[in-house]
Amino acid sequence: MSLNELTLTPSQSPSLTKGKLVVSPTQTLGAVRRPVNTTGWRAWLFTVDHKKLGIMYGTVAFVFFIVGGVEALFIRLQLALPDGRILSADKYNQMFTMHATTMIFLFAMPMAAAFANYFLPLQIGARDVAFPRLNALSFWLFLTGGLILNASWFLGGAADGGWFMYAPNSGPVFSPSNGVDFWVLGLQIAGIASLIGSINLIVTVLNMRAPGMTLMKMPVFTWMILVVQFLLVFSLPVITVALVLLMFQRSYGATFFDVSQGADPLLWQHLFWIFGHPEVYVLILPGFGIISEVLPTFSRKPLFGYPFVVFSGASIGLVGFGVWAHHMFASGLGPVSVAVFSMATMAIAIPTGVKIFNWILTMWGGKIWYSAAMKFAIGLVILFTIGGLSGVTHAVAPSDTQQTDTYYIVAHFHYVLFGGMVFGLFSGFYYWWPKVFGKMLNEKLGSWNFWFMVIGMNLTFGPMHILGLQGQPRRMYVWTKARGGEGIFTFGFWNMVSTIGSFVLSIGVLFFIINVIKTARNPERAPLDPWDARTLEWLTTSPPKVHNFDRIPVVRHLDEFFHRKYVEDESTHTMQQVATGEDLVRAEEASADVDIHMPGASYWPLLLSVGMGVLGMGVIYGTPIMVVGGLIVLFSSYGWVLEPSVPDAIDFDTPSTDGPTKEIAPVG
Amino acid sequence: MADIATHEPDHAVDHGHHSSTGLSNNKLAMWLFLGSECLLFGGLISTYMLYRGRVQNGPHPSQIYDIPFTSVSSFVLLMSSLSMVLAVSSAQRKDDSKTNLWLMITALLGATFIGGQVYEFTTFYREGLGFTTSLFSSSFYSLTGFHGVHVSLGVVMLLSLRGIIKKGKITGDKAEVVELIGLYWHFVDIVWIIIFTLVYLIPS
Repeated sequence: MSLNELTLTPSQSPSLTKGKLVVSPTQTLGAVRRPVNTTGWRAWLFTVDHKKLGIMYGTVAFVFFIVGGVEALFIRLQLALPDGRILSADKYNQMFTMHATTMIFLFAMPMAAAFANYFLPLQIGARDVAFPRLNALSFWLFLTGGLILNASWFLGGAADGGWFMYAPNSGPVFSPSNGVDFWVLGLQIAGIASLIGSINLIVTVLNMRAPGMTLMKMPVFTWMILVVQFLLVFSLPVITVALVLLMFQRSYGATFFDVSQGADPLLWQHLFWIFGHPEVYVLILPGFGIISEVLPTFSRKPLFGYPFVVFSGASIGLVGFGVWAHHMFASGLGPVSVAVFSMATMAIAIPTGVKIFNWILTMWGGKIWYSAAMKFAIGLVILFTIGGLSGVTHAVAPSDTQQTDTYYIVAHFHYVLFGGMVFGLFSGFYYWWPKVFGKMLNEKLGSWNFWFMVIGMNLTFGPMHILGLQGQPRRMYVWTKARGGEGIFTFGFWNMVSTIGSFVLSIGVLFFIINVIKTARNPERAPLDPWDARTLEWLTTSPPKVHNFDRIPVVRHLDEFFHRKYVEDESTHTMQQVATGEDLVRAEEASADVDIHMPGASYWPLLLSVGMGVLGMGVIYGTPIMVVGGLIVLFSSYGWVLEPSVPDAIDFDTPSTDGPTKEIAPVG
Repeated sequence: MADIATHEPDHAVDHGHHSSTGLSNNKLAMWLFLGSECLLFGGLISTYMLYRGRVQNGPHPSQIYDIPFTSVSSFVLLMSSLSMVLAVSSAQRKDDSKTNLWLMITALLGATFIGGQVYEFTTFYREGLGFTTSLFSSSFYSLTGFHGVHVSLGVVMLLSLRGIIKKGKITGDKAEVVELIGLYWHFVDIVWIIIFTLVYLIPS
C-alpha cells in the first residue's frame, strides 16, 4: 500500500493532535484499541519488539539465576559439615528439586532465548522475528510458568521429587503436597512458551534471511540456535505427554503410574528422558554458538572449519535424540538396549570433539586478545572438555552402573552445564553488552568476575568427582561424622572445600552484578564496533534502532561485516582494512530505506498468558477458577485473531513529506 | 559496493520480508506445529500400546469396542477431509459462498464425529469403564480424548473462520487461511486413521 493513497479520516485526527501518539490504534473487537505507546512501562508490557523482549527475557532469567544460585548455596551449607541442620530433609528435597528446575527451565533456556531473540534477527539481517506477537506470548507464558513454579514455596511447599520427577514417586501417594502440581503446571505453561518460541525462530531463520545469506553463510550462533529450536519442537511434546499423564493421575485419579494396577515405572523415565536428553543439548548448544562468535573475533582469525562446526552441531542435535536411555542404565533395560545406547552415547563424543578441535585451531596462530569475553570462551573450552571426558565414562555402561546416583554424576553435569553453558552465556554478556546497551562492561571487573568464577567453580565441582567415587550418594540431605572419615583428604574435607568453592563462585557472580551497575552509571558510550567484529549485528547502531537496519543488507560472504571492512590484497594475500565499522554504519544511515514497516504492539499476548496462568491454577484450586481462566483465554484468542493481520489504513504514520517515515506493519 | 546501494527490498510482495523457502511464514509454522503434534500423539499412542492389555478391574477392550459403530463415525470424519479439500479449492477460486458451504459441511461432519465419541464414551462409562478404572481405561480415554479435543478445536476454528470471512475481517490471503486450517484438519484425520487401526482394529 502506498502512503500517498492514504487519506486522513475524521476519526483519527484526535490522536494526531495529541502529539504524543505517533500512530492511531486499530479498533479490535469493537472495543479495544491497539496500544501505541513508544515510551514508559506500557511500551514494555505490550511490546512485540524482539529486542525489548530479549532484554526482558534476559532480566527475568538473571533473577531466576540468582534464585537458583541461593538455593544451591543452601544445599552446600547443609552439606558443609556432618549432621547439617540448616535444612530439614523435606526442605532439602524441595531445595535441590527447585534448584535444578529453576536453573534449567527458568535460567538456562530463557537466557539462551534472550540471546536468540535479540541477536538472531540481527545476525540474519531481518527487522524482527516472523511472528512478533507470538514472540511476546512466549515471553509472558515463560514468566507465568516461572511464577507458578516459584509460587509453590509460599503455597504449601515446593516440588520435592527431583527435576526428573520420577513417577510413581511423584504420584499422590508419595508426594502428597501441592508442590508437584505447581511444578507440573508451571512446566506445561513454560513448555508451551518454548514450543511457540521455537516454531517462531525456525520460521524466522528459514524464511527471513537477508538476500544472499545462504544457510552456509549464516553465523554459527544462528546455526546453533536453529538446531536447538528443532530439538525443542520435537522433544517438548514428549514431556508434555508425561506432564499431562502425571497431572491426570494427581488431579483426576488416573492410573498411569499406579503400580498396584500393574503400571510400568519405566514409562515416565522413557518419556522424561526422550525429552530430557535432547534438553541437555538445548542447554549447551547456545553456549557453543556464542563462543563460536567470540573465539574468531578475539583471535583475529575466521572460525576454523566453519562447515565442520555447523554439521557437528547439527549431528549432535540428531544423535541427541537416540541416546536417552543412557540415563536409565541402572534400571534393568536389558543387555541389547544398554549396548545400543552405550554405543550411541560414545558416538556423540565425536562431533563434540570435532568442535573442540575447531575452537583450538581457531585460536592457533591467532592474535589473541584476552578480553573478558575471550576468557570465558576459553574457560568453556577447557571446562567443557573436562565435563565431556567424565561424560564418556558414563557412556561405558558397567562404569556408569557404579557412578549412577553418586556425586560423580553431579560433578559431570555441572562441568558441562556450569563450565559449558554458563561460561558461554557470560562470554556472550561481555561480548554483546556494548551492542545491547551501547556501553562497555568494565574489563577489569570482568577479569575478577572470570577468575573468581573459574576458581570457585573448580573448587565446588572438582571435589565432587572424588566424593562420588568414594560413594557419596546424590540427594542425601545429611552425612554423618562417622562417614566423614579420619585423616586429611577425607569425605568431610572435600565437602567443606566444595562449600567454600560455592561461595567463591558467588563472589564471582557478585562482581558481574557490580560491573553491570557500574556500567549503567558510566556515561561513556561504547564505540560502534569495539571488538572489530565479524557478523551483521554490528552493521547498525548500538543499541540498534527499532527497525534494526536502515536498509536490509545484501550478503556475499560468511562474516559479511568483516568482509565489508577488510579486502584481500591481491599481491600479498593479506587482508587490508578499507573501512571501519563506524564508516559502514554511517554509510547505511546515509542511504536508509524510507517507509519501514514495523509490527504494532498488542495487549493480547499478555492477557492470554494471564488467562493460561489462571487456567493452570484452576487445576489445583477448583473448576470455577478454571472457567474464569478459560474465558480469559477464549476472549484474548478472539481479540488476537480479530486484530488485523494486515494493518488498516489508519495503522500507518501520518504521511510525511519530509524524510523517512515508519509504518506499523502486519502482526504475525 | 555500488550495486548493494541499488538494492531495494520488495515491499509490495510481503511487507519487506521475503521468504527464503518459498513457503509463507504461516504455512511453515503450521507444518512445524504439526510435526510437533506427531510427537505428542506418538507419546500418547505409545502409552496406550503399553497399557492396552493391562486390565485389573472393569471391562477388557474386546468386550466393549463396537467396531461397526466406530467404523461409521470414522467414515464420517474421513469424509470431512473431502469437504475440507473442496472448501480450500473453492477458496482458491475465490468463491466465497461455496467456501462457506463446504466449511459448514466440514464442521458438521466433525461435530457428528464428536457426537459419536460422546455417545461412545457414555456407553463405555455405563458398561463400567470409568477414567480411573484401569490402566487401559485411563490411557484409552486420554488418547481418544486428546484427539476429540483436537477435532472440537478444529470445529471451533472452522465456525470462527466462516464468521470471520463473512464479516470480511480477513485482510490477507483468504485462501491460505482456509488452507492452513485444512492442514490442521487433515492432520487430525490422519491421526484418527492411526488411532482407529491401533486401538480398535488390532486385537490386544
